[in-house]
Amino acid sequence: MFRDASLVAGKDLRIERRSRVTTQQIAPFAVLVLVLFAFALDPDRGVLGRASAGLFWLAVVFCTVLAVQRSAAVEVADKAGEGMRLAGLEPGGVFLGKAMAVAAQLALLEVLLGAGVVVLYGTHLHDPVVLVATAVLATVGLACAGTAYAAVAASLRVGNTLLPLLLLPVLAPVLLAATRAWEAGLAGVSSDAISWLELLAAFAVLYVAVGVVGYGTLQEES
Amino acid sequence: MEPLHPPDHIGPATGEPVVRLRSVVALLGGFPALAGADLTVERGDVVLLRGPNGAGKSTVLRVCAGLVPVARGEASVLGVDIVRDRTSVRRRVAMLGHAGFLYDDLTVRENVTFAVRAAGGDVATVAPALERLGVAGRLATTRVASLSAGQRRRTSLAALVARGAELWLLDEPHAGLDEDGRDLIDGVVRGATAAGATVVIASHDTDRATALSTRVLTVAGGMVSAEAVRVP
Repeated sequence: MFRDASLVAGKDLRIERRSRVTTQQIAPFAVLVLVLFAFALDPDRGVLGRASAGLFWLAVVFCTVLAVQRSAAVEVADKAGEGMRLAGLEPGGVFLGKAMAVAAQLALLEVLLGAGVVVLYGTHLHDPVVLVATAVLATVGLACAGTAYAAVAASLRVGNTLLPLLLLPVLAPVLLAATRAWEAGLAGVSSDAISWLELLAAFAVLYVAVGVVGYGTLQEES
Repeated sequence: MEPLHPPDHIGPATGEPVVRLRSVVALLGGFPALAGADLTVERGDVVLLRGPNGAGKSTVLRVCAGLVPVARGEASVLGVDIVRDRTSVRRRVAMLGHAGFLYDDLTVRENVTFAVRAAGGDVATVAPALERLGVAGRLATTRVASLSAGQRRRTSLAALVARGAELWLLDEPHAGLDEDGRDLIDGVVRGATAAGATVVIASHDTDRATALSTRVLTVAGGMVSAEAVRVP
């Protein structure tokens, strides 16, 4: 399974490096979202500084929708995903590989967005350990849940437009927990982040398991 | 033309048919695309399935590849009961469908290499396959998105040749190819059978496909005709 995961992740990352969708479309979109938040919330009142954790993670969630949609789309074109099924790849390995590739792209985007909130919102990153731990756990959860739901949406005729409706409610716990953990980290009160990190870890474990076990069924239904 | 590299295992060990369908019903979106199809393909056969559009030719191939579930009836491919388990046979089957199973943003060589590695094959087979299908050299490093339809078809076929398989399922293999490309397909099919593989072709290009075939069957209304025409 891990051999298959590595093969699929390598293939997806190569496609992204070649097509530059992440760097030339999703990343500018992410920065644009941060800028629009700044327009919408008057920075003079200090609202941006207080809301920066939530705005950061909301932007990451939006990017997740785009990244998993793109990840599913490359398998739909020319029925390439069917080719993987014909090759006999382990479905759990395909799931892990696709989720790993999405996670790598999200990590890149989070670095960019992190720099964005520092520069645009004047946010100070007080507790990097909590911030990084939150980012790792949340990214795993977002990538795995997103990859699983993108496979569900791909099996539906109107899947592209339906995916955000399916996915955003599922990602709400990650948005909440990651925002609270980051607020604690930004305030330098790391003890307040622990319960939220536990929630993020539980979500990540749940969706890794759901994806590894259920992805084969999702593939066969698509 | 030299035989292809032989598949790891040739045919079912017990000597039973490579494909055996009995009263198979297969549903596509609730519609019976196959309505009681019977088909027997022996090892080394090159079987041509002919028939009008919508007759069920492609569905027969997809059932044999384990891509479409059997709703009723009995079905085994390469000795595997595909009614119970339709996934484990896939790695032993090579299919060329209407789609090419290619990634636009990967090069020809990357696509073929991925297909071979995904199927657990030896990547040393990639270069000879590219050469044989005429997509080596500059084309090998060209993104598939930049290729013509015929070159894409050759790339998909190169992936099959590099993978090798015991059962080849070819859906309209000559479509979109020029005369040289069609000759190339014929050579590949002959090479596959020389290496011990079995081939099932669905085609409208009956003149060319009939010349390749050892048996011709007609598919109509989701049924495969019991009458087989022996080709000399």
